[in-house]
Amino acid sequence: MSKVLSPDWRNGGFGVYVHWPFCQSKCPYCDFNSHVRREVDHAAWRDALCREIDHAAALSGPRRVDTVFFGGGTPSLMHPDTIAAIMQRIATVWSLSPDAEVTLEANPTSVEAGKFQGFRDAGINRVSMGIQALNDPDLKRLGRMHTAREAMDAFDVARRTFDRVSFDLIYARQGQDRDAWKSELNQAINLGLDHLSLYQLTIESTTRFGELHARGALRGLPSDAHASDMYFDTQEIMDAAGLSAYEISNHARAGAESQHNLIYWRYGDYAGIGPGAHGRITDGKGNRLATETLRMPEEWLNSAKTTGHGYLPTEELTSHDQAVECILMGLRLSEGINLERVRRLDANFLNEDALVSLTDGGQVSVDADQLKITPRGRPITNAILRELIA
Amino acid sequence: MTDLSRIRNFSIVAHIDHGKSTLADRLIQSTSTVADRDMKAQLLDSMDIERERGITIKANTVRIDYTANDGNAYVLNLIDTPGHVDFAYEVSRSMRAVEGSLLVVDASQGVEAQTLANVYQAIDADHEIVPVLNKIDLPAAEPDRVKEQIEDVIGIDASDAVMISAKTGIGIPDVLEAIVTRLPAPTGDATAPLKAMLVDSWYDAYLGVVVLVRVIDGTLKKGERIRFMSNNTVHHVDRIGVFRPGMQPVDILGPGEIGFLTASIKEVRDTSVGDTITTEKKGTEAMLPGFAPSIPVVFCGLFPVDSAEFEDLRDAIDKLRLNDASFSSEMETSAALGFGFRCGFLGLLHLEVIRDRLEREYDIELITTAPSVIYNVYMTDGSMIELHNPADMPDAVQVDRIEEPRIKATILVPDEYLGDVLKLCQDRRGVQLDLTYAGSRAMVVYDLPLNEVVFDFYDRLKSVTKGYASFDYQMIGYQEDQLVKMQVLVNDEPVDALSMMVHRTRADARGRVLCEKLKELIPQHMFKIPIQAAIGGRIIARETISALRKDVTAKCYGGDATRKRKLLDKQKAGKKKMRQFGRVEIPQEAFINALKMDS
Ligand SMILES: Nc1nc2c(ncn2[C@@H]2O[C@H](COP(=O)(O)OP(=O)(O)OP(=O)(O)O)[C@@H](O)[C@H]2O)c(=O)[nH]1
Ligand SMILES: C[S@@+](CC[C@H](N)C(=O)[O-])C[C@H]1O[C@@H](n2cnc3c(N)ncnc32)[C@H](O)[C@@H]1O
Ligand code: SF4
Ligand SMILES: [Mg+2]
Repeated sequence: MSKVLSPDWRNGGFGVYVHWPFCQSKCPYCDFNSHVRREVDHAAWRDALCREIDHAAALSGPRRVDTVFFGGGTPSLMHPDTIAAIMQRIATVWSLSPDAEVTLEANPTSVEAGKFQGFRDAGINRVSMGIQALNDPDLKRLGRMHTAREAMDAFDVARRTFDRVSFDLIYARQGQDRDAWKSELNQAINLGLDHLSLYQLTIESTTRFGELHARGALRGLPSDAHASDMYFDTQEIMDAAGLSAYEISNHARAGAESQHNLIYWRYGDYAGIGPGAHGRITDGKGNRLATETLRMPEEWLNSAKTTGHGYLPTEELTSHDQAVECILMGLRLSEGINLERVRRLDANFLNEDALVSLTDGGQVSVDADQLKITPRGRPITNAILRELIA
Repeated sequence: MTDLSRIRNFSIVAHIDHGKSTLADRLIQSTSTVADRDMKAQLLDSMDIERERGITIKANTVRIDYTANDGNAYVLNLIDTPGHVDFAYEVSRSMRAVEGSLLVVDASQGVEAQTLANVYQAIDADHEIVPVLNKIDLPAAEPDRVKEQIEDVIGIDASDAVMISAKTGIGIPDVLEAIVTRLPAPTGDATAPLKAMLVDSWYDAYLGVVVLVRVIDGTLKKGERIRFMSNNTVHHVDRIGVFRPGMQPVDILGPGEIGFLTASIKEVRDTSVGDTITTEKKGTEAMLPGFAPSIPVVFCGLFPVDSAEFEDLRDAIDKLRLNDASFSSEMETSAALGFGFRCGFLGLLHLEVIRDRLEREYDIELITTAPSVIYNVYMTDGSMIELHNPADMPDAVQVDRIEEPRIKATILVPDEYLGDVLKLCQDRRGVQLDLTYAGSRAMVVYDLPLNEVVFDFYDRLKSVTKGYASFDYQMIGYQEDQLVKMQVLVNDEPVDALSMMVHRTRADARGRVLCEKLKELIPQHMFKIPIQAAIGGRIIARETISALRKDVTAKCYGGDATRKRKLLDKQKAGKKKMRQFGRVEIPQEAFINALKMDS
């Protein structure tokens, strides 16, 4: 049986994610694929990343790229000419949309701020800064390398350099009470930006915090009830400031949303480049492929040098898997997910009983086939997903 | 056929772990019954579960040849028995097939509860008893003190107890000599009509039902037609033989001999232990007295975790019952758990063993409900119901009175823990019957309600005495008491599988603990869940599981949708192990863990 090219990815668009796995130091809460290395051979990495782009393009066939995202790790440690070479390659193997959003994650230290102009020249038009906290004691506890002052200076440089600047804060931190967070948040809002990512601190088992937590040595974490209160405080303040959540943890003025992240959440196609990068690529036969690369930087680099890429064997996603992923990603968005689209992928995987009881309970709503998690249901998104997906 | 005077039949009995099976090993080995290269420790414990737990569950018979110091060749039939109280029935019927017992006592531990129980049984069976002090290789062994204890506590002469180490082999020749010189030879008449005792039977995948027999009078021959006197069924003997310990065919079994027969019998249920076997024609008239049947005393529900596996469970139970007639089962339905079986067991270890085998040998995951006992419920209309399942308790207005089974428990414990043991028994509604001393150890005898014992009494006893107490019990009958059915309501709906019978005076405390436990065991839901314990319509305890407030990883994992999907798959698998009850999901372990008490 021959398959027709599935157009489902078009609901989300096409983006390219490039992973830079190196950091200045490892933060105690972080379980991302990030590594500290005394030396990095930038030229080798540039070549390897470019070659892997060729490999991804061979899987996807011709595409128009809507967004590019340099994430990490700390991609602001990359050389601007590496970024330029990668952008060049992307534009060559695919085509780059004229209004493509090109984001770089940047850590807010003076070193990096000095490179912002170079990044802009290389094609970056949006930065997302990992500021995390606005006071020094908390930054220190989070193991960050920058001070609040330094972060603000870097932020100023960013604002002067790029049209679009966002930053990340982590809240529900150790010893943080509701009032402290509210005033910190207002301070952030007063900076007048149009996009903010606000993450509640998650304790990941494989991190230093995770290990301390397991031993009961991580004190002052808010209870679930307290964290839930802080979540609602956040929504209230951000709504009032015109920066409503468009995703569980992401807030923006209308039109200022991260287009790249929207591709994930709307379950579009994206190519994953660099160690540990994930991708979803619909191939020429209409199969949706899940791609993943070698996670360890050295292994990835070796493989890319010898074979032209660090891709692990790809997995063809069944339509059931696709439907599940579509919901998992889509329900994070305030706009929710189109049920008709999901049912087209898999007609009967949704637990209809749960849908009814969750609607009755006010945790989700369905309006013109658009399924959404209500503001009330947001803090228990995972539990809702568990119920819905039978 | 062996000359009667050259036969010795005996059972090896002892408290659990005192070294019966190891002694059997040495006897088998030193008489070259089994070649050295085929030997392994506790050779006779051949079931997986026996080897894993290091205990004997099933009694085993072996025939060994021994040339004694008097120059004569003897045939010795030994029966290694289990030590655990649940399998006491195996011991008592084994004893009926032999004339003597080796009473093994661990010289470092001394007399324990099952030592006593076994001695009394041996005396009842008119046995000659040879005391054997084992483990004298241990530095902690105190043979003299233990001898004294045997004399004081048991009242038998221990001056010529055989001192051995079954582990190292010290004293084994003395045991063999003692067997020949101190145990009596069997009696019987080879020319009389066949009279044989059906000692045990089990199912063998290749041979069908195998019957263990002890010939009393006459001879049993291959090819003969025999009659089981209890049900008058006639069978053609296909095979007879002896255990060495593998099955070895022989042509004839004479008086005093122990061996097996097969006769194309399909089910173990077609044989009844204690039955008399004779020839179809010209058989004996006199039946043996038979054995009192073993009765299940502990009941619980077994339900498949995956309700689609109900039929598989039915098959598995049927197959296991082919082998083990001592557990009973009948179908049960529960609103909370669906279809399953209510099964009766000889005790908690027996329950565990059967459950383990069902799960492992038949690959069925099970939910076990709280163990219960049989209550006699007398109705106002004069009728009586045997209540196996608290969920079936009739309406209180129709009930006149309820009687519960009681046991006589014997506990041996070092003096320093006596206070804790007395408190434990008192807490479990015990009535003290006796308290005596054997050296520095106290022997307490309590009359206790079985329902206070079945669940976790033994665990509690072990923990309050750091493992130094030993425990044995026997049923002593039924007694009326103030018993009520306690129901548990989760989210305002009664959960039948959590109902239990409790004593009125203890209901409030039990209810409180149960609700607290359930609060820990049931995960948070999106709504708050009241948990209540009730007697009739009256709520006696209450807890509330608050609604889930936060369950989200808000962090951005970028495009790693796989991680999220895998996580969800894992959660789904976890969900499968829950039982949906109304809108509430209850984890399967909750049904049993909720009942564990800390005191
Ligand atoms: N040191 C020492 N250990 C022994 C001796 N005899 C047995 N044991 C050990 O005691 C433990 C129990 O031995 P078993 O022969 O299984 O005891 P049992 O009486 O058959 O136990 P159940 O059948 O479960 O009642 C094993 O670990 C043996 O190795 C001995 O003479 N000396
Ligand atoms: C890909 S990460 C790292 C970006 C950049 N290297 C940095 O640290 O600023 C993106 C964001 O995830 C958030 N984050 C990382 N680990 C987290 C955790 N354990 N709990 C909550 N948020 C976390 C941080 O706000 C971080 O800025
Ligand atoms: S949080 Fe950012 S800077 Fe810290 S280790 Fe993780 S990726 Fe690197
Ligand atoms: Mg044994």
